Amino acid sequence: MKTIRIGSGAGYGGDRIEPAIELMERGNLDYIIFECLAERTIALAQLEKLKNPDKGYNDLFEYRMERILKVLKQHKMKVITNMGAANPLAAMKKAAEMAEALGVHGLKLAAVTGDDIFDRIDDFMDAKVIETGEPLRELEGRKISANAYIGAEGIVRALKNGADIIITGRVADPALVVGPLVYEFGYSFEDYDMLGKATMAGHLLECAGQVTGGYFCDPGYKDVDALWNLGFPIAEFSQDGSLTITKLEGTGGLVSEQTCKEQIIYELQDPSSYFTPDCTADFSQVSVCQEGKDRVSIHGVTGRKHNGMYKVSIGYKDCFIGEGQISYGGTTALARARLAGEIIRRRLDMAGCEYEELRIDEMGVNSLYRDGISASVAGGPPAEVRLRVAARTKDAENARMIGNEVEALYTNGPAGGGGAVKSVREIISIASILVPRERVHVCVDYLEV
Amino acid sequence: MKLREIAHSRTGDKGNISVISVIAYRPEDFDFIKERVTEEAVAGYFKEIVHGKVTRYELPNIYALNFVMEDALGGGVTRSLAVDMHGKTLGFALLEMELGERQMQEQLS
Repeated sequence: MKTIRIGSGAGYGGDRIEPAIELMERGNLDYIIFECLAERTIALAQLEKLKNPDKGYNDLFEYRMERILKVLKQHKMKVITNMGAANPLAAMKKAAEMAEALGVHGLKLAAVTGDDIFDRIDDFMDAKVIETGEPLRELEGRKISANAYIGAEGIVRALKNGADIIITGRVADPALVVGPLVYEFGYSFEDYDMLGKATMAGHLLECAGQVTGGYFCDPGYKDVDALWNLGFPIAEFSQDGSLTITKLEGTGGLVSEQTCKEQIIYELQDPSSYFTPDCTADFSQVSVCQEGKDRVSIHGVTGRKHNGMYKVSIGYKDCFIGEGQISYGGTTALARARLAGEIIRRRLDMAGCEYEELRIDEMGVNSLYRDGISASVAGGPPAEVRLRVAARTKDAENARMIGNEVEALYTNGPAGGGGAVKSVREIISIASILVPRERVHVCVDYLEV
Repeated sequence: MKLREIAHSRTGDKGNISVISVIAYRPEDFDFIKERVTEEAVAGYFKEIVHGKVTRYELPNIYALNFVMEDALGGGVTRSLAVDMHGKTLGFALLEMELGERQMQEQLS
């Protein structure tokens, strides 16, 4: 039976490249995917594209593509990535230029677009924002991007037309894998059960090292060998929908039932309804089986028809966050940090700082789990405490006051504060709405080198 | 007994929702986990952090629970004032949950 090997070369926008290159060189792969687009990334990329129409794709695109193109000279496989972010066409052009310069010939590049519906977004002013329950019109004047999570359709079309490197913007993460599987095995886009199984393959690959022992090791409880040399995953998928996750021999990390279980559930909500544009997958009856060293097969996944809608992520200018930090040490570190926090609260009032929410953390004491859980885990008094003050404000001016007050603790606060830092960030947030599928038109462009 | 002795966990996020898996190391511990790590217990445990509904889902064939906790990330990943804005560390807090002792009979079986 025909089996396709798909590797995963990136699990987020800033991921490491070395495991991807090793996978391409030694993995005997048919495909490699690079998943590089978080929910908010595309909104930030859109801002970059507004400043420079040739930009707006992944920051590490050139860095990765140079390494990828060099390997493609020796090892033939297809590359699928959402590194196009807000500008897949510009990314494709850049990749073509780089291929020419590196002397890599005989490649067809494709850019999948159509996810950007910012030009139509005002037609959906009454749509309910999933995060807030409010109508979209509440964000009037603050929206900066609108991208639909499209499915595998554009990727399949590009493969049918002979593309070797496919660069997309916003597609559902699993679509990077569903696309090649639909193309290779000729599944119908109405074979929802098979699309569900393919979706699981995509779900397990999309975070790269997170299924091969990354984000897993807990010494003494869950040990992982040579995590420093973590190998990225390979999915083997056969015509009948059977799926095995494995990794390269000679790499570090681990593919076990436990690593696969953690990644199967990762970021799911209701396991019986994993919504994607191509199908609604059902992971609730999934089972796993260790077939050998670093080989786990996945069973029991099904799928049913999608809900007829695309989820659209809308980036908008939300607020500012101002922050300051300073450290205290010694037996009375906590008492001085607490005093400093109280001083800041009163001085911000004195200065007339306007904020929506203020948060004061004693890092090393309660910054992750607040007071109750922290106290139940803690031992003796800490040798050092880092005070952190953060506030959400409407504008940069008020945000700046937060860090300034923390810094002023040097000469105006309790004894022995050190290492103060401050920052102001403008916050771009995401609102999601559902849009009928027919309002989105997937498009594919090509370049040959 | 702490939950970490019999289960492992990974935490994910979506907007203002935190999602924590609880996976039994051994199938025979799954019923005990289900009995003790209820929606109410988890909501109570995280009462300083989670301000919305807690829903528990089961994946029986991998002996796992999935807790979906709403209004859990300080307004959402982008605008949260928390150091850990994704709430990635919350699973390791849940593993510190004290489950109490098991009945002798359960331990033997």
